[in-house]
Amino acid sequence: MSTLLRVEDPSSTPPRPRPVSRRATGVDRVFAAGSRSVAATVLLVTGGIGFFLALQSVPTFRHYGFGFFTQTQWQPEADTLGIGAVLAGTFEVALVAMTVAFPLALLTALYITEYAPPRLRATLTSAVDLMAAVPSIIYGLWGFFLLEPHASVVALWLHRTLGWIPVFKVDADPNAAMWDRSRYTASAFIAGLAVAMMVMPMACAVMRQVFSQAPQGEREAALALGATRWGMVRTVVLPFGRGGIIGGTMLGLGRALGETIAVLLIISPAFDLKPRILEIGTNTVSALIAGRFTEASSGQLAALLTAGFVLFMITLLINTLAAVVVARSRSGAETEA
Amino acid sequence: MTTFADPPTVRQPPVPGRRAVEQPRTTLRADLPTANAPAPARRSLSARTPDDRFVMAGSWVGGLALAWLVTQRLLPWTGLLPFLAAWFVLGLMVLATATSLTSGAVEVRDRVAGAVVHAGALVVGAALLSTVVFIFVKGAPALPHWNMYLDDMSGVGPRDPFTRGGVLHAVLGSAIELGIAVAVTVPLGIGTAVFMTEIGGRFARVVRTIVEAMTALPSVVAGLFVYTTAIIGLGMARSGLAASLALAVMMLPIIARASDVVLRVVPGGLREASLALGASRWKTVWHVVLPTARPGLATALILGVARGIGETSPVLLTSGAASFVVTDPTNGVMNSLPLFIFSTVRSGEPVYIARAFGAAALLMALVLVLFVTARLLARPPHPRRRRLLRLRRTSQEIS
Repeated sequence: MSTLLRVEDPSSTPPRPRPVSRRATGVDRVFAAGSRSVAATVLLVTGGIGFFLALQSVPTFRHYGFGFFTQTQWQPEADTLGIGAVLAGTFEVALVAMTVAFPLALLTALYITEYAPPRLRATLTSAVDLMAAVPSIIYGLWGFFLLEPHASVVALWLHRTLGWIPVFKVDADPNAAMWDRSRYTASAFIAGLAVAMMVMPMACAVMRQVFSQAPQGEREAALALGATRWGMVRTVVLPFGRGGIIGGTMLGLGRALGETIAVLLIISPAFDLKPRILEIGTNTVSALIAGRFTEASSGQLAALLTAGFVLFMITLLINTLAAVVVARSRSGAETEA
Repeated sequence: MTTFADPPTVRQPPVPGRRAVEQPRTTLRADLPTANAPAPARRSLSARTPDDRFVMAGSWVGGLALAWLVTQRLLPWTGLLPFLAAWFVLGLMVLATATSLTSGAVEVRDRVAGAVVHAGALVVGAALLSTVVFIFVKGAPALPHWNMYLDDMSGVGPRDPFTRGGVLHAVLGSAIELGIAVAVTVPLGIGTAVFMTEIGGRFARVVRTIVEAMTALPSVVAGLFVYTTAIIGLGMARSGLAASLALAVMMLPIIARASDVVLRVVPGGLREASLALGASRWKTVWHVVLPTARPGLATALILGVARGIGETSPVLLTSGAASFVVTDPTNGVMNSLPLFIFSTVRSGEPVYIARAFGAAALLMALVLVLFVTARLLARPPHPRRRRLLRLRRTSQEIS
């Protein structure tokens, strides 16, 4: 056996460099173009809706001017319509909802991450997520049939004890021998309670996720320095989760403003601007749309669309702020779910 | 162990000519523990001592008694709600007082905060439980009849018993409307998410911004949009198709955004490995990214469906309500579960309301099933099983 040495000279032709390019070829070009066109379609559809709503609002704004925001009556036949009352009602319902939902969401999130036994945590998290998935009409039924009798008693009690504050005033005698229950039902307060059930799980899910990301080392450091559990929560978990608390609350607020069916089931529509949340009769933008669209003429339809557009702009603003707050906080690294 | 009966002391020899100074030195303890000495009691590391437990339980019992005294004897507050509220407040006060007898302000604050957190969670749990139980209890009279699931409401009056009529038309309507909405939104939504994560670029950022903004669209506005454009503008009749369009408009941003989040957490290393092996980008997406994200995508889809199936306001504006089975979505009005619930509850007839609760229980059960399915899919498979699965898949592709 012998080794044969190569005789020909290897460097006769210089190697040609392989062309390196980021340009897609073949199937990839189809893939890129295809997915780009799908995205363009979705952009067209979703953006189109916003654009369409904005376009439809122009004649309404031109016709009614700024009075559209301040006029409280909705009388298309008399050509006086505005969203002053319904906008106020929308915020009343949403504020009641957030007043109830915020502490509950915060406490529940704290319970799940800090106080619950560790083997229960996954189950409890699922339960809260399930609560968020329950359809709003079911909360509407719950609020209308189960909650209202109890809530009207609470409303009466609030009126008796805090009636000197204008918000809790009701146009009835609180100390009458037979109190007028019907004055205390179908109010912004009760609608707000039902909406609170809907937004609580959303806010709670965001807060829980942020709390669970509070650094383990800092928790243990606090405990090792002799902090009680509450001391640890107050000095480590809550400051760390501040962005999540604010962001989750605002996300809930955005949802609360747009809630329709539970509100529509509970309230009795009224078009007067009043700050009395316990009294019968209120209205919200979405309930107005759902209640008035059938008999709408084309001009009125444009007005309803404008109301919807205003609502959309408000929720969009709140959601964007919430996203910014969550993203800028220290805890926001992985909370975009 | 070495023990000394008579401990020897070690001393330095005194330095001659100087006074002996007391040097620091080590002495061994005379009472070193011996083998038969009792072992020292271990300190319990658990958070609560029996003492604590007694204070906790005793405070709440004391609060209960006080609450009974206050609400039933002193003040004219009858009813369960004031009683529970009084129990909570008085119990907290007793707890704070009892704790402050033995410990300082820090511990009092800890106890009170813990009690408040537990109470908050309890209220939420009670609310969830009461919702589910209430719906099923009120729907119980209507649920055990077979015709509830097999019949529609044509020719059934408000006084007819539960043995006549059912919600088949609403269930079928919901299924058809959602089927169309899903068929439209899933390819578009996931395609958009793939574009945003895999292709990227400036255009992708624009798309992402708009899609995220549109998730804020209230569902009733989505319904009003379809009502204005399709029904008033294009002269389309109120139908299942219009309803599914409204649902699709509502679900599209939600599904696109959720899929985007899911695809973004696919590890970049997997993509790079696939590309380094010479796969094209399309092959990488189809064989690596999408299979890795499949459980997450399924979860996103199912949660979107669960949201869509319960939305009432878009279908309220667009579909109209039929009382009989309609299977053609393009032709004529069609009912759906949430719409059926809404319209029958509003009728005010007791039998109709019970039927509505039956339908609500059915809807609740459907959402529950969808939710549990989503959870099971989202759960990461057992590591060994996953490796086996991957091996099997690879061998299939090679062969």
